Amino acid sequence: MSSARHEWQRVWAVVRKDLLIERRAKAAFNAMAFFAGLVLLTFGFALGPDVPAGEARQGTLLQELAPGLLWVTILFAGVLAVDRSFQLELERGGLDALRLYPGDRKAIYVGKLIANVTVMLVMEILVCPIAGILYSLDLWPRLPGLAGVAILATTGFAAMGTFYAALTANLRARQVLLPLLMFPVLLPVILAAVKATDLVMHGDPMNQLGSWVKLLGAVDVLFLTTCLLVFEYVLEE
Amino acid sequence: MRSSPTGAAVEAAGLAKRYGRAWALRGIDLRVGPGEAVALLGPNGSGKSTLLRILATATRPTRGEVRVFGVSSNADGDAVRRRVGLLSDRPPLYDELTAVENLAFAAAMYGLRVLDDRLRAALATVGLAPVADARVRTFSQGMAQRLALARAMLQDPDVVLLDEPYNALDVEGLKLVDDLLARLRATGKTAILATHHIAKGLAQCDRVIALRGGRLTYDGPTASFATSPAAAEAGAWA
Repeated sequence: MSSARHEWQRVWAVVRKDLLIERRAKAAFNAMAFFAGLVLLTFGFALGPDVPAGEARQGTLLQELAPGLLWVTILFAGVLAVDRSFQLELERGGLDALRLYPGDRKAIYVGKLIANVTVMLVMEILVCPIAGILYSLDLWPRLPGLAGVAILATTGFAAMGTFYAALTANLRARQVLLPLLMFPVLLPVILAAVKATDLVMHGDPMNQLGSWVKLLGAVDVLFLTTCLLVFEYVLEE
Repeated sequence: MRSSPTGAAVEAAGLAKRYGRAWALRGIDLRVGPGEAVALLGPNGSGKSTLLRILATATRPTRGEVRVFGVSSNADGDAVRRRVGLLSDRPPLYDELTAVENLAFAAAMYGLRVLDDRLRAALATVGLAPVADARVRTFSQGMAQRLALARAMLQDPDVVLLDEPYNALDVEGLKLVDDLLARLRATGKTAILATHHIAKGLAQCDRVIALRGGRLTYDGPTASFATSPAAAEAGAWA
């Protein structure tokens, strides 16, 4: 069997295993979905459903701020998903076993990344209609644009999130350190995701969307390359 | 099979490991030949598990070097991992997967193309065929240990490291470990068995290495262990 084929077999083994465990235990997904719903609801109450938007825009304040609120919610909920992906390895000494499998450890990173992106995208599919209902957003006509931005931003988030989750997996203060380390690095992803979502939802008279999407793509490439290069050392005890 | 220039299956030179301020190992030198079965004895905290973890490349030594069939684990850890199997004291299993799914995952990660029938046959050898499709979270500790045993043998390693394999096993399970060790010896594999069951260790192995406080206190044939000072010490902690 060729080496590349062998490594892809290992990638899919990790993806299948993580998604199967998540489907059965629903530990990360339930926590994420309820947390995201609650955060969206809290923002709705805090800002008020009928407060008008600024003078330059029509609609309510919630509708105006929806892109930012949506991505902050996804960011917070996503931390639970990436943290869980390595927590499940710690429960029975699985992290040691992952270290001891022969072969390229990048396969483990890529497998975990694909599983995390999948779980987060499913969560986003659930969260977006909830945001639509709570904030009176008409998302349906903008679905293709939103999906594209979501896929790019989620990949960037999960690339760094998976890396930092592995880095902090053995630390006692893992749950505090993970967002502390991750959020500053993720600022370009969040900024580009919020701007691109805003332009998709509220129109793009100055044709800026392409620039923000390119930035998201470039950050994804940078994050993925960096994490793939150093993951080998992160998994060392 | 690539062999070591010195003919050793496992060699360690000046092996030391420090966790924070505490030294778990303080300069271990050992050489284990192919086909040897070695009992690694010592009280809690003597460094047995740390030594096995270093030999398996699960952790790096603070000082010193390990060679497996002549390959340094510092230089090519991956080549070492292909030839070494570790049965850890914490079986690396996933509670939400079934027994057969756990084995299938391990096989895929080892790069083995193993058919479902062969996985079920491996489960049958450890007496788990009737619960092959049950989730591991429903297993007792002894059943999990049996599954871990089947998992450790999947890749057919040349060097098998067993860390407290007798833990939580019933009489039938104890016999399974004994049979496994006998099979390893018969097929010329190298086995290092860390255990508190001194009688089991002495019965199953032809050589004893005793540790205390991270140092070697005995390294010699099983037959002369009983008359060594290390054996008198062992009487106190066993």
